[in-house]
Amino acid sequence: MPGIVSPGFFGRKREGGQALPPGQYLVRDFPVLSAGPTPRVTLDTWEFRIVAETGEQRTWDWAAFRALPAVDVTVDLHCVTKWSKLGTAWRGVSVDILVEGIQTNAEYALVLSYGGYTTNLPLRDLLGGLAWLAFAYDGSDLTPEHGGPVRLLVPHLYLWKSAKWVRGIDLRTTEQRGFWEQLGYHDYGDPWLEQRYSED
Amino acid sequence: MSVPLDGNTMAGALGELFAVDVSVAVFECAGCGHAGVVAEVVVYADAPGMVARCPACSDVLVRLVRSERRAWLDMSGVVCLRIDI
Amino acid sequence: MARAAVLGRLTWRVGTLVSFRDETAAARTLVFQIPDWSGHLAGQHVDVRLTAPDGYSTERSYSIASAADGDLVELTVERLPDGEVSPYLSHVLSVGDQIELRGPIGGWFVWDPEVDSPALLVGGGSGVVPLMAMVRTRARQGFATPFRLLYSVRDPASVLYGQELDRLRSDPMLEVHYAFTRQTPTSFSRPAARIDAAFVEEFGYSAALHPAVFVCGPTGFVEAIADLLVAAGHDPHRVKTERFGPSGGSTG
Repeated sequence: MPGIVSPGFFGRKREGGQALPPGQYLVRDFPVLSAGPTPRVTLDTWEFRIVAETGEQRTWDWAAFRALPAVDVTVDLHCVTKWSKLGTAWRGVSVDILVEGIQTNAEYALVLSYGGYTTNLPLRDLLGGLAWLAFAYDGSDLTPEHGGPVRLLVPHLYLWKSAKWVRGIDLRTTEQRGFWEQLGYHDYGDPWLEQRYSED
Repeated sequence: MSVPLDGNTMAGALGELFAVDVSVAVFECAGCGHAGVVAEVVVYADAPGMVARCPACSDVLVRLVRSERRAWLDMSGVVCLRIDI
Repeated sequence: MARAAVLGRLTWRVGTLVSFRDETAAARTLVFQIPDWSGHLAGQHVDVRLTAPDGYSTERSYSIASAADGDLVELTVERLPDGEVSPYLSHVLSVGDQIELRGPIGGWFVWDPEVDSPALLVGGGSGVVPLMAMVRTRARQGFATPFRLLYSVRDPASVLYGQELDRLRSDPMLEVHYAFTRQTPTSFSRPAARIDAAFVEEFGYSAALHPAVFVCGPTGFVEAIADLLVAAGHDPHRVKTERFGPSGGSTG
């Protein structure tokens, strides 16, 4: 499928090398990719809910969520569409804090977003300091365009796992595929092993 | 870009899979029952894949993903397509 | 309802640039030769794929500007300020260079010369391109179908195909009406403004004539015009739309 090369075409300035996973190129802007209209969620209706396989549930409204301890993190983002953005600054709550104290034998997680988007990953990849619920980017409140009020941030996996407009996580003993995983994207999605599609 | 386009955008990608021009087919939305022409669905064409949504209720009608040598096509949001041949 | 053309699978083909014409400072018409091109209908588009030396590739859609003419296909590309593909196509691609194209695509937004009803064409910015293919097809094949083109454009310097439209307007059955949205030509009859209900009423066909209607341009433009037309009584099923990205091409 690689096409014939058009003389003089280089596309946007791309830098490779540095600390980039295979097949990625560096961007300076912050592309916005979406599978649908941007959900507009008001803070007075916003809720985050974790449901375990036992049926046990925990729910946070905005006030309860913002009362949780938050941290500043700087991470690299790797999108499956091949752009990478290094050194992005976020503020959020570690997922460990929300899952703490929930009795579960679940190995899998299905992340749910306002607007219907879903994504799946092993529960252990949301814990151990690997993931946050982020509510601020680059020093400002997270805009709806980039997933606000709250998005998931799981930077060690491809960015489609970092669900925007997040509203909950189901803890599951069996794996259920999310929006893009149903359409051929990888269940795990490690950028360093270039796990883009399920055949990879 | 998250500015939506229309079903004409999908026609090329679908044209690699179908032997007929699907953009003139009539679909019925599995969510709300709206019937319309595929050319007028609302399409979000950013990778990771293409998503077509019902112009009436915004439910997902079709999803299409392409890798180099494979396509994944989900049309479960469409009850059926009617194609005059 | 329209018949779906039985196509066989659409695949990428190589097109060679054989000539070009600058339409404005920012827009260029490119003439490609595509071996075994089976022709196209007015309103159809092609997907274009460009590949860089390191294998990076990207695709865009462009409406075909020309009437069917053997193995030649014309595209009019407007350079977008932050574009990735449009600056290359409009200012770098040279005669003899090759790109990949897939098409012709789309059987919906197509003018059918066999249908007698008048055609109302409403274009915003580069949305005029597929409409121009319709105007050219009508002229080339000598059809007498009544046509009205309502062309919304920023300023006189941005008008595409201006001279050709002036020439074609000598046909009494073809009318062209401009709406300048930022700056008008000197002593123009209408101040700078978008197309509104009054404009459509004065210069469009009345809904009672059941015209075929084609609206093309940026998404916001298309939706606003479609609303106006339906409010003016046009049957929504007779109003065909083609939405470009926010600034007029398939996102630059």
